[in-house]
Amino acid sequence: MYNFDYHRPASLAEAASALQGSDEAKLLAGGQTLLATMKQRLASPSDLIDLSGIGELKGISVEGDTLVIGAMTTHAEVAKSDVVKGFCAALAKLAGGIGDPQVRHRGTIGGSIANADPAADYPAALLGLGATVVTNKREIPADSYFIGLFETALEDGEIVTQVRFPKPQRAGYAKFANPASRYAIVGVFVSQGPSGVRVAVTGAGPSAFRVSEMEQALAGNFSPDAIAGISVPSDSLNSDIHASADYRAHLVNVMARRAVESAS
Amino acid sequence: MPDSGIGASVTRKEDKRFLTGRGRYTDDLNRPGQAIAYFLRSPVAHAVIKSIDTSAAEAAPGVVAVFTGKDMETDGVGSLPCGWVVKDKHGEPHKAPPHFPLVRDKVRYVGDHVAMVIAETLAQAKDAAELIEVDYDEQPPVIDAAGAMQGALLHDEAPSNLCYDWELGDEAAVDDALSKAAHVVKLDIVNNRLIPNAIEPRAAIAEFSPAHDSYELFSTSQNPHLLKLILCAFVLGIPETKLRVIAPDVGGGFGSKIYCYAEETACLWASKRLNGRPIKWTAERSESFLADAHGRDHLSSITLGVDADNKFTALKVLTTANLGAYLSNFATCIPTYLYATLLAGQYITPVIYCNVKAVFTSTAPVDAYRGAGRPEATYVVERIVEVAARQLGVDPAELRRKNFIQPDQFPYQTPVALTYDVGDYEPALDQALKMIDYSGFPQRRAESEARGKLRGIGFSAYIEACGIAPSAVVGALGAGVGLWESAQVRMKATGSVMVMTGSHAHGQGHETTFSQVVSDYLGIPYEHVEIVHGDTGQVPMAMGTYGSRSLAVGGSAIIKACDKIIEKGRKIAAHMLEADVGDVEFKDGNYTVSGTDRSKSIGEVAFAAYVPHDYPEGVEPGLDETAFYDPLNFTYPAGVHIAEVEIDPDTGVTTIVDWVAVDDFGKVINPMIVEGQVHGGIAQGVGQALLENCAYDENGQLMTGSYMDYTMPRADNLPSFKVDMTESPCTHNPLGVKGCGEAGAIAAPAALMNAITDALGQEIDMPASTEKVWRVCQSRRMAAE
Amino acid sequence: MPSVTMKVNGKEVTAEVEPRTLLVEFLRQNLALTGTHVGCDTSQCGACVVLVDGNSVKSCTMLAMQADGDEVTTIEGLANGDLHPVQAAFKEHHGLQCGFCTPGMVMSAVDLLSKNAKPSESEIRHWLEGNFCRCTGYHNIVKAIQSAAERMSA
Repeated sequence: MYNFDYHRPASLAEAASALQGSDEAKLLAGGQTLLATMKQRLASPSDLIDLSGIGELKGISVEGDTLVIGAMTTHAEVAKSDVVKGFCAALAKLAGGIGDPQVRHRGTIGGSIANADPAADYPAALLGLGATVVTNKREIPADSYFIGLFETALEDGEIVTQVRFPKPQRAGYAKFANPASRYAIVGVFVSQGPSGVRVAVTGAGPSAFRVSEMEQALAGNFSPDAIAGISVPSDSLNSDIHASADYRAHLVNVMARRAVESAS
Repeated sequence: MPDSGIGASVTRKEDKRFLTGRGRYTDDLNRPGQAIAYFLRSPVAHAVIKSIDTSAAEAAPGVVAVFTGKDMETDGVGSLPCGWVVKDKHGEPHKAPPHFPLVRDKVRYVGDHVAMVIAETLAQAKDAAELIEVDYDEQPPVIDAAGAMQGALLHDEAPSNLCYDWELGDEAAVDDALSKAAHVVKLDIVNNRLIPNAIEPRAAIAEFSPAHDSYELFSTSQNPHLLKLILCAFVLGIPETKLRVIAPDVGGGFGSKIYCYAEETACLWASKRLNGRPIKWTAERSESFLADAHGRDHLSSITLGVDADNKFTALKVLTTANLGAYLSNFATCIPTYLYATLLAGQYITPVIYCNVKAVFTSTAPVDAYRGAGRPEATYVVERIVEVAARQLGVDPAELRRKNFIQPDQFPYQTPVALTYDVGDYEPALDQALKMIDYSGFPQRRAESEARGKLRGIGFSAYIEACGIAPSAVVGALGAGVGLWESAQVRMKATGSVMVMTGSHAHGQGHETTFSQVVSDYLGIPYEHVEIVHGDTGQVPMAMGTYGSRSLAVGGSAIIKACDKIIEKGRKIAAHMLEADVGDVEFKDGNYTVSGTDRSKSIGEVAFAAYVPHDYPEGVEPGLDETAFYDPLNFTYPAGVHIAEVEIDPDTGVTTIVDWVAVDDFGKVINPMIVEGQVHGGIAQGVGQALLENCAYDENGQLMTGSYMDYTMPRADNLPSFKVDMTESPCTHNPLGVKGCGEAGAIAAPAALMNAITDALGQEIDMPASTEKVWRVCQSRRMAAE
Repeated sequence: MPSVTMKVNGKEVTAEVEPRTLLVEFLRQNLALTGTHVGCDTSQCGACVVLVDGNSVKSCTMLAMQADGDEVTTIEGLANGDLHPVQAAFKEHHGLQCGFCTPGMVMSAVDLLSKNAKPSESEIRHWLEGNFCRCTGYHNIVKAIQSAAERMSA
């Protein structure tokens, strides 16, 4: 790891000004990806701004029909939260399947979506539930938040503060994990909610994406059979030693059906 | 059942220090004034080094020195040797290109050692390494073993990248028998390359003392004596009296820590160059992936002849073995003498022929990994037998039973050089069939099918040659060393006993098992036995731990030394008891005059030996004996494993639903420890068959260079195992033991692949990745539609 | 260099560290608590697991600075006396061989049992996703954790 200066601001404003103070500064949330990357000398920030001291970034609450999860809320906190389970059990289940227990004790929702790993679980939930990413500057609908490979709509100096989820009538998540890393080779989140049916896929492509054909089919008939014949084209999907694009395309269908089946 | 002697499941002496964080592994140790070494490794698979500029690195903060192969060459540092000369089919020795600890003019795999940076801290050493400028003239890499002989030349000494073309058996006789066989069964298989992955990465701390002109090396070695011998005799030219190697607590080895590697060699040499500055190096896991010796990596074509009565008539195996870029210390013998000699398996096959072409490629060196040659042999035999059963339409268990060597045929001379001393294979098969409820399998399969799942069952009736090895035999076959073991048993004046053993432990529990043996033999409380290993300064010359040899060879040496103690003690006791030596019996720790109640305990005798105020004439004081044991034969553990799997055809996920193992290890000293060895071996075998695979891309980059891509077996990949044992004691060592450390890894891959291919109805290669399995399910589904 | 203060095994410690110092480096090098091991560089093997404020974490993927003000428990500080029930169960059921993964494995198991007093075999196996053992095949580790759970809830 290269050296850097460490900061632990107590407020969002302090964090934002520290971030603006340096071109090479990076925000440190749970650190489960960033620190690993820095250990391999693949990232060399001049400054790390640790967000863990900012109380306003933590916590889970329900505001009307909206679930609000603070950016610095850990995966373990989401997974075990009765509030989350009551609001959307699939979201709690998804959080409980990220990494391993130790990673879940440190990793955060804000860190995960800011990094936007193509195989991370949360992007599927955000897209699949039609969530809104709230930053210190604005609100960004999930549909326009995930742009590409490790690429989001976040601008320089922008800090994710919370994620807001509308309440679904039902939702389900099914994941086919990479046997080694346990990231998603394919993860599919489906929901039926205020904006209709949403089907979001992570792991399969360079960035999480929705499958409109499945959404339309499920809107008419929310059952696994409704999408049994719908396949996603494999030409834009990822291919690696663990799964070819063909196999991923097939798994999108299988996981989508299982997600629908498990939806509650 | 005794509570601490032979046969008791005694909890381990070692555990308390490990469970409380008080183990002392090499990286836990630090020496005053130490500097840290970091190795700049080749980023390319095959290149001529046109130049290396280290000047900027040398000037970087905290840097103590930067060394390259030229510096070692100047000092006359030798090549890391291969210690086993294999003669090819024309009687010529194998090609032995040099393997310098730091490369001189060429790199031959990604991870090869280009330069050594020594700095005050690891971070400084890494910072400086980034400043070294190397001009590589890249050459085409040689990745695929099958095409290696047509690839770019890696070593001038090895034309066609061929290390040797070796054979065992009478090819003409085998071809003749195959031509007359009622059935001929063929199969091509891949034995996939594995990366050992002991959880403790390799490490070393080297310190030269200018005042004593001597060296000390702490190392994560499975056999510190052999490491010392190689370093002294072949690489650094140090008198053996001037180097002490200590392997403290070592966190797993599985073969990968047998060898003398570049890193500890360079640290030792550098410490002298730096006038005695201690040099510490600890591998990062990514370095372990790149540069620990890998395992397996065979391609084989198998042909089995079967007569009209379903008896095997001949076996022909043509194998290409990938040895990697350089020869690791024992690379040559693994795909030959530890492989082809096991191709008879548990069966009567009258003629067997094996040809092995061993090739160099631009990949990490390959050497022994848990099982070493024997898993490859078992995989050949047990896959072809299973396929034969399928093609003949007979029950795979019954085909095996029909061809088993029978108990009255031992000692059994196989057609591939070995003589099995003892064995009884049917009881293990019967017990395993019972434990897995074989007769209930069709019903279980039907239940799975009703749920849309595929179910399969697979057998592996393995045999291995352990207790390596009779020195005369291995010497005749090209081994550069004897493979005996030593032990020194030192009775203390106050009745406790120290045992210095050459068998290093890195998980096997020797401190416990050997204490049980000594306690039993000498009649001394278990708690009063102290086992010392892993220190060339304390233990007599020894041969170390590999090939499931610790108890069969190391334990036998301990027994021999105990016998000497008992005999000398008898003379002392006779004097104390005023009896004839011939009248004194030794039992349960007491010397007793026959037919009387007059006796002396061994503790009292030991005290007299060290305080010899009233002592027999002509007997030396002290009670401290050393013995060397050279085995008379290999030992032949054998057994039957059965795996049962269920496959989800939608995803290709294989779930192991049941696993039974019935092993014959001869006499068992500590059943708890032996079962633990079986569990661990099975897990590694499951890893090979289902999860693990070392993969290089076409440029020679390691694609599975971290745990993000190399799939280690985790707790949720495995079931609990059902383990049982049969017992036919080894006939030629005093304990009747055979060895248990490798059995699981040898048996498991074939059992699991036989189960998976049974479920699929089609042969596939290891590892049975989800995608590979799914593709078969898809093609079956399409064929059915 | 910035200063960090934390409570390790019940004892408050303060030290100046480079910001890039990992918690595991701080424990092993500054405090000589070498029971916490490093087995990989990608946050997977779990040899480095310790408890931070009662939760198991990978100390190789956490800066020492991030533990400022926290309570850290390592394998050395686990037992309140001879052996913690989880340690005792690992010994009784032969849940360790080479011992290298053991401290992380034990700390992870302790955390599991603090959150789930009666885990099923499947729950135990899934919880251990972040802890690799190359020796035991996990069989006896699972048995040990089951046995510890029974003992601790008895």
